[in-house]
Amino acid sequence: MSASIRKIITVVEETRIEGGQAVSPPTKRAAAIAVIENPFAGQYVENLDPLIAIGEELGGLLAERAVAALGIAGDKVESYGKAACVGAEGELEHAAAILHPKLGAPFRKVLTKGAALIPSSKKRGGPGAPFDIPLGHKDAAFVRSHFDGMEVRVNDAPRANEIVVAIAVTDSGRPHPRVGGLQKSEIKGEDGLR
Amino acid sequence: MPSVEVRKFVTQVEEIWHEGGPPAANPARRGAIAAVIANPYAGRYVEDIAGFMDDLKPLGLEMAKRLIDALGGDPQHIEGYGKGAIVGSAGEQEHGALWHVPGGYAMRELLGGAKAIVPSAKKVGGLGTHLDIPITHKDASYVRSHFDAIEVGINDAPRANEIVLVLAMTTGPRVHARVGGLAASQIKGEDGLR
Repeated sequence: MSASIRKIITVVEETRIEGGQAVSPPTKRAAAIAVIENPFAGQYVENLDPLIAIGEELGGLLAERAVAALGIAGDKVESYGKAACVGAEGELEHAAAILHPKLGAPFRKVLTKGAALIPSSKKRGGPGAPFDIPLGHKDAAFVRSHFDGMEVRVNDAPRANEIVVAIAVTDSGRPHPRVGGLQKSEIKGEDGLR
Repeated sequence: MPSVEVRKFVTQVEEIWHEGGPPAANPARRGAIAAVIANPYAGRYVEDIAGFMDDLKPLGLEMAKRLIDALGGDPQHIEGYGKGAIVGSAGEQEHGALWHVPGGYAMRELLGGAKAIVPSAKKVGGLGTHLDIPITHKDASYVRSHFDAIEVGINDAPRANEIVLVLAMTTGPRVHARVGGLAASQIKGEDGLR
């Protein structure tokens, strides 16, 4: 099954000042968001394979859009994340089917690599529900400067029979990171953790 | 004169394929760019504020340029526009009114002689306050298919001493426009109205 997409949204944030101090170069992060029909809204279905296929399709499409909006090459992306907000008549498991089994591989392909787990969150909500995409370094989940999150929201989605699927990518960690931990310069990149 | 200090730019683009009706062959895009700036007049009443409009002109042009780029880069493809401001709680609505001239003229300059008044909205609000930016056709305010709006909001702005300045543009009519009125093909383009 191919996703029935009503709308695609991209959002780019460029932070130039944080805590009153200039951020140089500015940090940038981008989200790409698809509003799709939930084929299983209002019914309990045991086999969620069609949603898994939609996840695979969206992984590539949204990654391309987000990286283009960020304006850098895919291999320059430093951190990533994914999230979904299911409309009133859907299950959290529908979001899980999109996000977890197959979305990651095409997403990582756009970035050329990505050894770390893609951090994720999911919730149910109505139109305009804000939801937060957790962010972590794509090669080493323990890089502390890159623990972050990006809030997104679509004012007219999800309707009851829709799912909003979002991914986020960045060119950097938080502005002015100074709480220690593993540095990106120390990444070994073997196990996706350190 | 106070300098313009941008803490953050946020650019969002929506690509609308359908809203329950026939999918568009060329999906229209709606975009908005927001700049979070320091409010030089926050926390006190200042009588003479009009000079800040000149200070905002370069920012207006930069924002209009960024937004056109986010919508594909060709000013010829822009059909509708609007603007707005959200003033943080230590400021006045009048501070948001400073955006009318630099915001409007920046878009007109880059869009090449757009004649219609730029519709606008403004309010005082806190972090995450959302504002609906009204949109009309850039050459003729009465074109009914292009009456539209874009909701914008930034989760961490405006702080009390900040202003969020917004420009919005669209590349076409509402996705399923069908309520008659003056059509874009009927524009005379003399008075900015019809």
